[in-house]
Amino acid sequence: MIGRIFAVLFQVALVLLLSPLVTGFNRVLKARAQTRCGPSLFQPYRDLYKLLRKGMVIPDTASWIFSATPYVLFVTTLLASLLIPTVSANAPLSLFGGVLAVVYLLALGRFFLALGGLDAGSSFGGLGSSREMTISAIAEPALMLAVFTVAIGAGSTNLSTVAQSALGQSWRFLAPSQMLAFAALFIVLIAETGRIPVDNPATHLELTMIHEAMILEYSGPYLALIEWAAAIKQLVLMTILVNIFFPFGLSADWSPGPVLLSLALFICKLVLLSIVVALVEISNAKMRLFRVPELLAIAFVLGALALVSTFLFQA
Amino acid sequence: MWPIGELYSAGLLVYAVAALAGLAAHFRKKNAAWIAASLCFASLIAAALEFSASAGALIVGTELNWSLPSGIPFVHYGVRFDPLSAYFNLVLSLLAGCVAIYSIGYLKHGVAQRRPGLFCCFFNLALLSLTLVFTASNIIFFLIAWELVVVTTYFLVVTDHESVEVRKGGLLYILMSRGGTGLLYIGFLLLASVAGSTEFQALHHSGAKLSPALGAAAFLFLFFGFGVKAGIIPLHIWLPAAHPVAPSNVSALMSGIVIKTGIYGMARVFFDFYGDLPVWAGMLVLLAGVVSALLGVLYALMEHDLKRLLAYHSIENIGIILMGFGSALLFRSFGHPQLAALALVAGLFHTLNHGVFKCLLFLGAGSVLQGAGTRNMEEMGGLIRRMPWTALYFLIGAIAISGLPPLNGFVSEWLTYQGLLSGFGATSTLTRIAFPIAGALLALTAALAAACFVKAFGITFLALPRSANAERATEASLSMKTGMAALALACVVLGLGATWFIPAFAPITQQVFGVQITGQLVAGNGFLLTAGSVHNGSVSPLVLALALVALGAVPLMLWFALGRKSPRTTGPSWDCGLPGLTSANEYTATAFSKPLRMIFAALFRPRREIQAEFDVSPYYPKSIHFESEIGPTFETQFYQPLWEGFLALTARMRKIQTGSIHAYLAYIFVTLILLLLFGVRA
Repeated sequence: MIGRIFAVLFQVALVLLLSPLVTGFNRVLKARAQTRCGPSLFQPYRDLYKLLRKGMVIPDTASWIFSATPYVLFVTTLLASLLIPTVSANAPLSLFGGVLAVVYLLALGRFFLALGGLDAGSSFGGLGSSREMTISAIAEPALMLAVFTVAIGAGSTNLSTVAQSALGQSWRFLAPSQMLAFAALFIVLIAETGRIPVDNPATHLELTMIHEAMILEYSGPYLALIEWAAAIKQLVLMTILVNIFFPFGLSADWSPGPVLLSLALFICKLVLLSIVVALVEISNAKMRLFRVPELLAIAFVLGALALVSTFLFQA
Repeated sequence: MWPIGELYSAGLLVYAVAALAGLAAHFRKKNAAWIAASLCFASLIAAALEFSASAGALIVGTELNWSLPSGIPFVHYGVRFDPLSAYFNLVLSLLAGCVAIYSIGYLKHGVAQRRPGLFCCFFNLALLSLTLVFTASNIIFFLIAWELVVVTTYFLVVTDHESVEVRKGGLLYILMSRGGTGLLYIGFLLLASVAGSTEFQALHHSGAKLSPALGAAAFLFLFFGFGVKAGIIPLHIWLPAAHPVAPSNVSALMSGIVIKTGIYGMARVFFDFYGDLPVWAGMLVLLAGVVSALLGVLYALMEHDLKRLLAYHSIENIGIILMGFGSALLFRSFGHPQLAALALVAGLFHTLNHGVFKCLLFLGAGSVLQGAGTRNMEEMGGLIRRMPWTALYFLIGAIAISGLPPLNGFVSEWLTYQGLLSGFGATSTLTRIAFPIAGALLALTAALAAACFVKAFGITFLALPRSANAERATEASLSMKTGMAALALACVVLGLGATWFIPAFAPITQQVFGVQITGQLVAGNGFLLTAGSVHNGSVSPLVLALALVALGAVPLMLWFALGRKSPRTTGPSWDCGLPGLTSANEYTATAFSKPLRMIFAALFRPRREIQAEFDVSPYYPKSIHFESEIGPTFETQFYQPLWEGFLALTARMRKIQTGSIHAYLAYIFVTLILLLLFGVRA
């Protein structure tokens, strides 16, 4: 019990501290690739600190939903991060909710964020909410198919069980079903975290923005919570990708030595995945909104192929 | 011993007396409002009696079996409380009680207020006949009760019969229901012919005694017969026509429980009358579930009539229930009773959950309709300020129906997912691919439902009012709020305490599959819900909810440490520098669903018309007229040819309809002779 509480606290601290760093690293990579100087690696921390100390302006049309949204979004995303294995295959709360709970907790946060966007009463909020709910809805079947493929392979929807089973066979990612599922999940990661070519987190152009449009009316501490939640969500999805498909070095329990080693490896894996994401971002242009379904249809087909190949090649 | 029989008959008696009193009150026309309130209270008492009878039957496990002779061969007025009947009667009485509380206040306004006595008469009669449908144990008696439900709910639906739309909706409802009953007669008679009896007990596993072809035919007749009532696609068209035009407490009753009579019938047929069904039958049910769920939610997304939107969501949720039933059938065919029990529990639990949150949402829509005077979402907005309680309850219902944790919708969808996922390992044939694909489409359905309820809640309750009516909206009365609060509480309790209610399904799975799965579904001292075992996956809505609350400490600490001293002001929303934000700047329901309308254009076949008037240049229009419409695909592609064919057939039949009474007497005489000859020879 004490150990479990310690694990929860450790993972909360890890996720809170690491998630802005991943966002910062992504920005640095993109800036360097575009031969810009770019902001410091630690700029997201400074942003969050500053936003948390600033005053805020609440739209006069808004109700309590607007104020509740940042809390709900932050808390649900943080809880989702406790259900996935980061530095130990034994995730702190994975017993109380598997991968379905992760997906649905993120959906709960999104539900409130979209309501918060509508609550401000301007066109931008509604536009962002509408697009966000559309894209997440059509990303959902691809996400689930990829997740199901992994879950079927391990015989469990519990992410700790999945990671432990993957630890047993470290070369499983070479199986076609796993590679296809990885590709599907990667596309979903791009779409769900609002990266180019689906959305551009660095723009405030009315016609293209999705996430930024929803949160246009948020300021100060509320904005900080929303930005932080977005960073945590990105870390959650990336962690699922690296730790479920490439579980090398993942500690089986919470003893300090293996956890430190697995932390180092975890960061290395995140760096590699970030580089891939940044490469995708700089080598593509943003898509028209109505081209996004085609991209996600590709993800769906990849997920379905992953499933079929599980059927074909499984003894 | 629990006095099940006494409670049950007392409940029926109270319903019957209340119905008669309603009729009497209608003709006396005195103190009508006061009498209506007390009759609703009587329904509440009857529902409470029925609830305790059903709960007792489920917990204690006593089976009631009564039969009264009717004097006609094969017909007995028989009632039986087996676990399946008791469970559906439990769902009915829970919802009926909440709707009755709501009706006390609801009947003081609106169309039902004109004839409250008559309304209460039909309301109690409908509840009485619904109770009989769930407990009847004889085919003929079941069908009598079934028809009584159709007739009484028809009269409830057409309460506002001065309006053409209402009469059309009601007519479509009664016509489709009659057609469905016709199919049921054929199916039931086929089964009864081999069982040699019309008693449900004799029909147990009688499907196997029929030849394969006849067995399949009887299955199809019963599936589609009950499917009309449940509203599976393409037999759904009466739902979005009849539910919205009914008074809202009737809509709640229709969506919450009346369509569940179809689900009850299917459960009875699939798992009681048929001991085994071929694989195609399970696949058909699974397919019907997937199609109904997906198309239901897609059509719901395009609606901006709040009650029609909810009606389409009923179709969606019936689809989710059928996914559970379909996978249960498939598991039974492949010889996995444990997995079949898991899938059945998922379907049955979703039946209860859908009843609870759909009743809540329809009652919420009723309050909105009464407060703001419109069903059109485009004329609402900002109601959360004027109707804070209704908004809160509607939000709880919206979260629950979107399947989001930790409420009840999440639990039953989670179980459905787990059932579908287990399907992959359950067989070696290609059918195993169907399970995860169905699961992925369930995920799409759930995500679209969330999008739809962001629209339904956001456009209706948030931001600025879009019309003068919405600006003047008033909060619902105390009894209406109480009815909704009870259902909202049920959403929370059924979600957080799911592990405590799951054991109630043990008698049902024992009855139909001979296995008790609920012991394995609940682990960790009753706090963990598992998918057969902890290894397969587990979830605990209660712990998740507690963790959400506990993690709230993190933002609170951040705020306390850093943001405590920072000012918090209100100001106008960003309006691009234009003078002031008006409701015309807000996103509309139509605009919200526009991306999905374009993505699924092949299905919706949207038609739109834009006319701009301008003086100098087309870039400076004076006024713009925009019209957009979704094609009624099923009506034009499927029902229109059917209807035309039917008309052509009747035109031919007219030749023998001479209008002469002598000819008709001759017809009757010839028919009688033929039947007697045929009967004597057989």
